[in-house]
Amino acid sequence: MKTNISLVQQILQKDKGGKIVLLMLFFVVVFVAISNLLIPKDSFFYISTYTVTLLGKYLAFALLALALDLVWGFIGILSLGHGAFFALGGYSMGMYLMRQIGDRGVYGNAELPDFMVFMNLKELPWFWCGFDNFFFAAFMIAFVPALLAFIFGWLAFRSRVTGVYLSIITQALTYALMLAFFRNDMGFGGNNGLTDFKDILGFDLQSDGTRISLLVLSFLALLGGYIVSKYIINSRLGRVCIAIRDTESRVRFLGYKVEQYKLFIFVVSAILAGIAGALYVPQVGIINPSVFSPMFSIELVIWVAIGGRGTLYGAIIGAFIVNYASTYFTSALPEVWLYALGGLFVIVTLFLPKGAVGFIKKLNLKKYTEVSNASS
Amino acid sequence: MLLLEHDNTDNIGELKKGNRILYLDDVTVSFDGFKALNSLSLTIEYEELRCIIGANGAGKSTMMDVITGKTRPDTGNVVFGQAVDLLKMDEPAIAQIGIGRKFQKPTVFEGHSVFENLELAMKGDKRFFKTLFACMSGEQRDKIEEAMVLIGLKDFYKKEASILSHGQKQWLEIGMLLMQDPKVLLVDEPVAGMTPGEVEKTGQILTDLSKNHSVVVVEHDMEFIRSIAKKVTVLHEGSVLAEGSIKNIQENEKVRKVYLGE
Ligand SMILES: Nc1ncnc2c1ncn2[C@@H]1O[C@H](COP(=O)(O)OP(=O)(O)O)[C@@H](O)[C@H]1O
Ligand SMILES: [Mg+2]
Repeated sequence: MKTNISLVQQILQKDKGGKIVLLMLFFVVVFVAISNLLIPKDSFFYISTYTVTLLGKYLAFALLALALDLVWGFIGILSLGHGAFFALGGYSMGMYLMRQIGDRGVYGNAELPDFMVFMNLKELPWFWCGFDNFFFAAFMIAFVPALLAFIFGWLAFRSRVTGVYLSIITQALTYALMLAFFRNDMGFGGNNGLTDFKDILGFDLQSDGTRISLLVLSFLALLGGYIVSKYIINSRLGRVCIAIRDTESRVRFLGYKVEQYKLFIFVVSAILAGIAGALYVPQVGIINPSVFSPMFSIELVIWVAIGGRGTLYGAIIGAFIVNYASTYFTSALPEVWLYALGGLFVIVTLFLPKGAVGFIKKLNLKKYTEVSNASS
Repeated sequence: MLLLEHDNTDNIGELKKGNRILYLDDVTVSFDGFKALNSLSLTIEYEELRCIIGANGAGKSTMMDVITGKTRPDTGNVVFGQAVDLLKMDEPAIAQIGIGRKFQKPTVFEGHSVFENLELAMKGDKRFFKTLFACMSGEQRDKIEEAMVLIGLKDFYKKEASILSHGQKQWLEIGMLLMQDPKVLLVDEPVAGMTPGEVEKTGQILTDLSKNHSVVVVEHDMEFIRSIAKKVTVLHEGSVLAEGSIKNIQENEKVRKVYLGE
């Protein structure tokens, strides 16, 4: 245990921004958990379960943004289809939650989920088998996104598709999956997706305790994802990745098989995205094909750009800023939100190419130079 | 795959002075009908220092592109050692078997420090699962230090390569070649942008290297070539115009006509 902690310390050494962001999130999570569970509902300090869920959702999104930053910020693959991996993780979790409903559905059918009864299916499609088991589902949450990333990446990277072309085909990938999942006969609930979940591992999804547990798990997943990503970035492999991002062809002439590096990072990123999706679904209570929509994947790129690409913690900040703003605006000024988001993106790309993180760093530098000027 | 690579290495044959290390046979490369290389044939021996000269557009860089796997020729053979068919290999495999290259336009990793550039170039197992857990040994660190001293960038070891001058980037790329420790070094215009003092030092390094490597240098600078070369090949419109000692070349009628413009 002690060696584990020192390993983590070593990984996060020199990463001041990362430590600050993670520590702040830790305190927020602890504070929210305590205020929700221990403080009476009529107190001013009570934090509603709605807020708990919202925070949990942001944390899942932050993990997704982190996954995207790993491929975009560190090996230069601008994926415009990362929502697909998130969605596949989410659907895997959703399928498990559907099986947990048992005979408590509207039709009271213990064998089949409601939407299948509605579609007159007689038996469970083969790909639903095994999802009764949590451990099987947990495995699939990582495995399905990883498999898709592996096959897609193997084909794309081997034929050396890069840059805009690669971005476009990632977009096509998620779009194709969205169309497929919209179809009722795919067996994933079509348009409506999977919803009406009751409990997870036998715990009531509506109870405060479960909500808080999911919140804490989301934080731990983000923390774990951050540490794994940071470990990768700090290793020599990480330095090869950055070299690939900056000058791909040169790396080949040093004897590195660029395709393998890209594939590795892409698969790791897809797994992180899948886990994020799996944490998102029980907290939000629904998963439907809209998560596959190209729009969602593009929005995700905007989070990372706004937070600051290539720093990992910037992606977390971006996910929080944009999603908080989104929650606020979509209730206050729904018509304005998309324009505001687009405008924000344009401003960031034009004036703050390194995002919020770059902006803060610049401010710090200014303060520092002013101080040193004053003292001299 | 592993087996194949093993086979390939076996096919290099004995590496000793006088044996051939690189062999281009009747290589033709055309871009939209224009023949950048036209039935080029060339042999480089082990532990040889060969200079290649030729006007701009003669096909010197294209020749290096073919050897390193960047460009596939239309026809011809490229053989490493006794029987390794380079045309069947991709860039990383060619690099791993022992062919290193310095590009005409110095290409270093701008986002990395001088030290990291050298680290990435360092000879070793470059498969991703090895680099993920790679630790640097003291010996490797010493080798990098040594290279940094040699290329005069010791004081810059923590500095990002992007801040280096053109000449320093040339040095860094030569340092990366040293770290790769290849059997053949292909060096494209190494002294562009260097001061006379630096040019001399570069010549010294390349001469030293040719004692246990084969070095192929492309250069324009006749002064530089005169200072290092033993054997010179003149390329003209994609094929060999003349080959011989620097003295022979300078006296050669054809060469004087097309290259020295007399
Ligand atoms: N990728 C390419 N596409 C089209 N033409 C090329 C390409 N690379 C080189 N060439 C042409 O091939 C000829 C040889 O170029 P190069 O090998 O760079 O010459 P050198 O290095 O001897 O100056 C030039 O005329 C150049 O324009
Ligand atoms: Mg050239």
